[in-house]
Amino acid sequence: MIAQSHLTPGAVGAGKGDAVIETTGLTRYFGARKAVDGLTMAVPRGSVFAFLGRNGSGKTTTIRMLLGLAEPTRGSSRVLGQDSQHLTAEIRARVGYMSESHSLYKWWTVRECGEYQSRFYSRWNDRIFQAVTDHFHLNPKAKAGDLSRGERAGLSLAITLAPEPELLILDDPALGLDPVARRSLLESMIYVTRGADRTIFFSSHLLEDVERVADYIAILDRSVLRACCSIDTFRSSVRQFVLFYDASTTPPPLPVLRGLLHARRSMGELRLTIASPDEDTKQTLHTLGASSVEEVPVSFSDAMIGYLGDRGEQSFFLEDTTQLENMRGRQ
Amino acid sequence: MPLTISIHAGSNVSIYRQIVEQVCAAVFSGRIRDDEPLPSVRSLAEELLVNPNTVLRAYGELAREGIIESRPGRGMFISKRRQIYSKAERTKRIDRSVTSLVTEAFTLGFTAKEIVDQVAQRAHELDPNLKGRA
Repeated sequence: MIAQSHLTPGAVGAGKGDAVIETTGLTRYFGARKAVDGLTMAVPRGSVFAFLGRNGSGKTTTIRMLLGLAEPTRGSSRVLGQDSQHLTAEIRARVGYMSESHSLYKWWTVRECGEYQSRFYSRWNDRIFQAVTDHFHLNPKAKAGDLSRGERAGLSLAITLAPEPELLILDDPALGLDPVARRSLLESMIYVTRGADRTIFFSSHLLEDVERVADYIAILDRSVLRACCSIDTFRSSVRQFVLFYDASTTPPPLPVLRGLLHARRSMGELRLTIASPDEDTKQTLHTLGASSVEEVPVSFSDAMIGYLGDRGEQSFFLEDTTQLENMRGRQ
Repeated sequence: MPLTISIHAGSNVSIYRQIVEQVCAAVFSGRIRDDEPLPSVRSLAEELLVNPNTVLRAYGELAREGIIESRPGRGMFISKRRQIYSKAERTKRIDRSVTSLVTEAFTLGFTAKEIVDQVAQRAHELDPNLKGRA
């Protein structure tokens, strides 16, 4: 477990004023079980921010606390500058939230769902509602109860996007979507970034989609925040080295390597995944009797699996040193 | 379509790097010519289904490398090719590529002569002076 001191408030983003979501030591217990443990992070305005972690790592609980739907045991969070537990109607209207479950009235048609929702918003852009439902090939006369999971997601998304929320919070929007619906979801998310000050905060398990659309990632692992940085920082921090051995050489036992996430031995090679290796660590690799040492490129999903995989006792926290590198100049 | 970029998410190569490399390859192989316009950041992002900031960064790097240039009010264009690096820098860069190529070729079991022949053939194919890049 990482010490609190590793977590700088507002680790990502410009000044505090530029964060649309800020959490400080956000913690939630269910009985004796910690669901979210001391989460401190900030989501910069205008970013596409992916919230990652395995099932049960605390993502949905965090999202529910952000929206004031669940109370923290300790700590606090702010959304658009206001405490999550006291969000006013005015702030709520600026936040679009799509839950995992896509709760809809089954007996209403697609069209009626839109009309009903539109009454709750002073700002409702029906062209967006139409465009998104068309995009998901929804028949306006179809009953919500007869829609497939992907179609329900499309309708939920249309309802969430039509009020043109400043902050979009999507809890696993791609869950259960077929490839065509997934593509429509990605297109819709990229479309939203046309508004320079629109922020999307979403959770997902689809790392290839995350790689396409996200500027930043935060990784929750067993209720603890383990990384909060730009996707590029993450990729350039998690590195992989292969040590090649001649048939006659037996690789020595591994010394303590700072940042070692994962080691895999196979015929004639030793493959090491290391977080932010420094020069000392790289030097050490050359003292392990290998005939050659080669750094190999790592895909985002391999980096992620290496980061969350069996890491033994060590745990690391990745964050940006160069903040806001991606934030500039969205067009 | 003179410039076709295809992105593979999940690759070992970051999306940003894939865009940079594919634009470079299109320029140096002559598939895209000097002064040709590039799609806007927004339209390329929507076409490739990637974050616009990723395209913006790729364009930024290509502009720094002198491959493309921004013409105010008109967008991005392929630059007229010029040498923006010093002789020493160019030598350093090609040396790095050659070392990596030769190392890999030996690892794959090619002989020195086979490597030279391969390189000569490819250089001939891509030689801008022979093709005139027109």
